[in-house]
Amino acid sequence: MAAETLLEVNNLKKYFPIKGGVFSQTIGYVYAVDDVSFTVDKGETLGLVGESGCGKSTTGRSILRLIEPTDGKIYFEGQDVTALDKNAMRSLRREMQIIFQDPYASLNPRMTVGSIVGEPLEIHKIARGSEKTERVASLLQKVGLRAEDMRKYPHEFSGGQRQRIGIARAIALNPKLIVCDEPVSALDVSIQAQVINLLEDLQEEFGLSYLFIAHNLNVVEHISDRVAVMYLGQIVELAPDTDLYNDPQHPYTEALLSAVPIPDPTVTKKRIILEGDVPSPIDPPSGCHFHTRCMYKEKICEEEAPEFKHIGSGHWVACHFRPKA
Amino acid sequence: MQELLLDIRGLRTQFFTDDGLARAVDGVSYSLEKGETVGVVGESGCGKSVTALSILRLIPDPPGKIVDGEIIFEGTDLLHLSSADMRRIRGNDISMIFQEPMTSLNPVFTIGNQITEAVRLHQGLNKRDALAKAVEALKLVGIPVPERRVHEYPHQLSGGMRQRAMIAMALSCNPKVLIADEPTTALDVTIEAQILDLMRTLQDELGTAIIMITHDLGVIADIARKVVVMYAGKVVEQAPVEQIFGSPNHPYTQGLLQSLPRVDKDASGAKQRLQEIPGIVPSLLNLPAGCKFASRCPSVMPQCHEQEPPLEPVAPNHYSACWLNH
Ligand SMILES: Nc1ncnc2c1ncn2[C@@H]1O[C@H](COP(=O)(O)OP(=O)(O)OP(=O)(O)O)[C@@H](O)[C@H]1O
Ligand SMILES: Nc1ncnc2c1ncn2[C@@H]1O[C@H](COP(=O)(O)OP(=O)(O)OP(=O)(O)O)[C@@H](O)[C@H]1O
Ligand SMILES: [Mg+2]
Ligand SMILES: [Mg+2]
Repeated sequence: MAAETLLEVNNLKKYFPIKGGVFSQTIGYVYAVDDVSFTVDKGETLGLVGESGCGKSTTGRSILRLIEPTDGKIYFEGQDVTALDKNAMRSLRREMQIIFQDPYASLNPRMTVGSIVGEPLEIHKIARGSEKTERVASLLQKVGLRAEDMRKYPHEFSGGQRQRIGIARAIALNPKLIVCDEPVSALDVSIQAQVINLLEDLQEEFGLSYLFIAHNLNVVEHISDRVAVMYLGQIVELAPDTDLYNDPQHPYTEALLSAVPIPDPTVTKKRIILEGDVPSPIDPPSGCHFHTRCMYKEKICEEEAPEFKHIGSGHWVACHFRPKA
Repeated sequence: MQELLLDIRGLRTQFFTDDGLARAVDGVSYSLEKGETVGVVGESGCGKSVTALSILRLIPDPPGKIVDGEIIFEGTDLLHLSSADMRRIRGNDISMIFQEPMTSLNPVFTIGNQITEAVRLHQGLNKRDALAKAVEALKLVGIPVPERRVHEYPHQLSGGMRQRAMIAMALSCNPKVLIADEPTTALDVTIEAQILDLMRTLQDELGTAIIMITHDLGVIADIARKVVVMYAGKVVEQAPVEQIFGSPNHPYTQGLLQSLPRVDKDASGAKQRLQEIPGIVPSLLNLPAGCKFASRCPSVMPQCHEQEPPLEPVAPNHYSACWLNH
């Protein structure tokens, strides 16, 4: 069964200029996303993990052109997203939506839940008046809220409920792709499962694709079909989720997996404790970005950036010494 | 028999707010033995931090007040100490790593200033010895080039290093009790692993007893010997770590453990749908009668809505507050 590609990202780059000096010239760049490529199939969930500041949100936002990419190509159903003008981009947003991490900050506090969820229907002239009200009511029910909740304001809801409001808004236009940027990170453990299950149910019902961004590997592994691991603006490994867990290739993935706290005191793991901190994306290390913390580092790693290569069965890795000879 | 170091008995801390009375901590008891690590878990707002701040008597008054209970530290009730005596205990015998490092590190003083102030106050060291002590403390927590870092300001350090500096400050007076309130929540997993490793080593070397507050059951499984599970201002279950994870008694603890995705399990077989705990935590301002978990409990009985279940032994060293055990 050949899967159909929905989204294709090729060599995406986003450099944020750093301004300084009297005339506020550009004195450097934050290499937030530096040559990232991946695809998302129809109905698939691709997980994107990595440490704070490695460029996950920037990648997600660039795809929707909420920020303009510096370079690279993004194809959505074969259409070049980077070439679209404002109007064409706006209509494409019906197909691509985003859910943000912070359920508190991402909803307008002065709007009722009804107008928040109904707004996209109006903007895209899909439904108005009583028809809109009906659509909103059914959307709210779909995400486990009540139709009466339409008249309430965001502050009257708990964190998990607010995240549901954000999800209802995101699915209002029947999108094909939703970028989920840390959708459960701010939620209590007992509420996280509710939201994860909801996302899975909606995917099944509507054949949605997700780009699921999170730093919690337990969560990403659970929801994803494939997982991409980012480090300092680059994808260092990409593989089907069980392969990534059972046979991690990149030394960074290995360390990351060994560090995940497992909620079971009888599981004793051999932890790989990485030395030092993540370097700054303003001045990333030469060669392989990971070499400053890598336990297997050799001379070539400081000098040459490793190629991101396919090592079989959809498993990709960027390391000079992997797969092991 | 281990030596009892800190014993919290029937603690009640309340906030008198415009919206009404919040019973943030409502009859909490747990204890800490010498050199032991106790893990405290529970939903956001269930009273974990307020309990910790009550131990150090750092509850802002108004609007807060400790209205009942005892906090016995080495035989003395801290709630009866004078402010001056309490100041001597704080940072010296009992110290705390706060939930937000930036709020507890003063941005206008160097890391060195902040550590030396504590050691000079508590240990009466002169300036030079205090500085040497600060450098030593930074070295102990694995900060590279401590001689230089000691003169830097908090904003010059990365998140992980700031957290280490906080630990260094908290440990600089060799406290008997270290209260760590979500010390790794804001950190990345690889940095979290470093900090947990560090805390374990320091505990082995210095024999510090630790109260570890976190919402991450993975961290608890990793570091705690005893676990206290809180829900809506109460302790609902308490047991040695193996029993909490191996044979949890309270339906909330059971639900919590079942709702967790686990990378090790998911990867080894067919993925299962997560078990969810339905509903949300009741508001502290408007708590229901009876068991606070009743509205979300899969095994709820009529009695649960009427009477609050007491925390009672269900096995040796294992306590739970649930009517199902009757
Ligand atoms: N608008 C901006 N201007 C300048 N730099 C930015 C901007 N947005 C992000 N950055 C920088 O780009 C890098 C990547 O940021 P990004 O938000 O994509 O990281 P992330 O992986 O989502 O991290 P987190 O897990 O903390 O959300 C960071 O160094 C960040 O400081
Ligand atoms: N200064 C205050 N004024 C009023 N209410 C307060 C104050 N401090 C805490 N509370 C209330 O006390 C309750 C317990 O708060 P606490 O900070 O102990 O929660 P927690 O268990 O530490 O949660 P978290 O996991 O989010 O840190 C909360 O409902 C909170 O709103
Ligand atoms: Mg982000
Ligand atoms: Mg807290």
